[in-house]
Amino acid sequence: MRRRVRRWKSRVMVGVLVLCAVLAVLPLLLILGTLIAKGASSINLAFFTQTPVPAGESGGGVVHAIVGTLMIVGVACLMGLPVGIGAGIFASEWPASRLARSTRFIADVLNGTPSIVVGVFAWTFIVAKQKHFSGFAGSVALAVLMIPMVMRTTEEMIKLVPNSLREAALALGFPRWRTSLKIVVRTCMPGIVTGVLLAVARVAGETAPLLFTALGNDYLKTNIRQPLAALPLVVYKYATGPYDDWHRLAWATALVLILVVLVLSLASRFATRGRFNAPR
Amino acid sequence: MLPASAVQPRLETSGLTAYYGATPALRNVSVGFAPNQVHALIGPSGCGKSTFLRSLNRMHEETPGAHAEGQVLLDGHDVYSSKVDLKKLRRQVGMVFQRPTVFPTMSIYDNVAAGLRLDGRIARTRLNEKVENALTVAGLWEEVKDRLHTSAIALSGGQQQRLCIARTVAPAPEVVLLDEPTASLDPQGTQRIEELLFHLKEKFTIVIVTHNMQQAGRVSDTASFFYLGELVETGPTRQVFTAPKEARTEAYITGRFG
Repeated sequence: MRRRVRRWKSRVMVGVLVLCAVLAVLPLLLILGTLIAKGASSINLAFFTQTPVPAGESGGGVVHAIVGTLMIVGVACLMGLPVGIGAGIFASEWPASRLARSTRFIADVLNGTPSIVVGVFAWTFIVAKQKHFSGFAGSVALAVLMIPMVMRTTEEMIKLVPNSLREAALALGFPRWRTSLKIVVRTCMPGIVTGVLLAVARVAGETAPLLFTALGNDYLKTNIRQPLAALPLVVYKYATGPYDDWHRLAWATALVLILVVLVLSLASRFATRGRFNAPR
Repeated sequence: MLPASAVQPRLETSGLTAYYGATPALRNVSVGFAPNQVHALIGPSGCGKSTFLRSLNRMHEETPGAHAEGQVLLDGHDVYSSKVDLKKLRRQVGMVFQRPTVFPTMSIYDNVAAGLRLDGRIARTRLNEKVENALTVAGLWEEVKDRLHTSAIALSGGQQQRLCIARTVAPAPEVVLLDEPTASLDPQGTQRIEELLFHLKEKFTIVIVTHNMQQAGRVSDTASFFYLGELVETGPTRQVFTAPKEARTEAYITGRFG
């Protein structure tokens, strides 16, 4: 009797947990499904090669936003990654130092800061000063978002490297800086790359900090000092517009955006399989 | 075999005291190690023998808050002098750890070459030669010569430990310190390392920490017994094992504590 009760309790609990798991992935599947259903039909060669056509005409593409996103995110990486990775190495090598502890705390606060606040920051210090919007201001906002993420993952990854490896290098006569870069950082490089790709995936989809920095642009521009288009901005503009054609483009752009994020996430999984780190 | 006192010691400590924070883990140790012999450090866990070993190549001070006082003389020169170049010292006094510490991102070849490359550029043929020599000395050459450029972590535990020995002896140190080098190995791997020690002492002065009394008896020429951070007794292994002068040494060796 008691055994049966126990077995039933077990089944109910397993059922509840399975339901939770399904609920967790359901939104993602629904989003993907809706995007494919509404956006896939608008994706064609012109979508990737042409700039927008005047409202009312059908056709046109988002090549300006693809180029814009690549440029804004690329420049953000150039600024954010060295700083983030460097700060992460510092915080893990001198974990108890005052600077490391305060940097860690500030990074955690910054990680939780709404991205629009970072956008306002970039607007105040760059857009308002220069008196014009620019892709560069957007890059700065995205870099500020990336730095704490990259710093914390770099630090956590370095912490996973066994101390015995560090000692072995020191005992061979390696100076500390060389131990850090050649042995410790190299050992956890796949983990750092994963963190970087996830950070890139996250900022590539950011809209709020670009609204009043990069602003958006209907033309294909490659000057980072001018307002630039970006995929999330295109989604925002077309989705809130009055035309059916715009709505279709918005769905298609959203699909491209989520595919980019998906590809980056998949790439981060492959990055963890380094030369000598075959999956076990 | 000559008694240790008859030859000039290669490595010698005088009044060596080592601290973690303000707590001394090792108190006032003075002992000498003659060249080309195997010197075993024995004693129960926490007796300070590892701390002592790590003080010899100044690895002790890499632990946050740790420092050492007193003298460690290598060929008569104090390694704690401010003029000493740590890199040079650690290449003269190499170290092998309890667990194999191969560098996982490097091939077998690059692991052995890691220490050699610290000197800057070195001719490829010269490097090849030194890597082969080191692997031969460590008794690993025959097993790995066909796969030098494959992953080092694919080797077995015993092979990895011998690779670590090869990496340590490649820059031609004078002294090799081993901190329980067989603690994580199976009996076969242990035996290979023990055999290796007989060959290694022809070239190097060896100081080995071991928990295993039989091992100390088999491999060492002298034995030093540590207890509660002090050096209780040191002398030729046979004498320490069969006719210890100190009651505490006898109690430990006959297995009454520790």
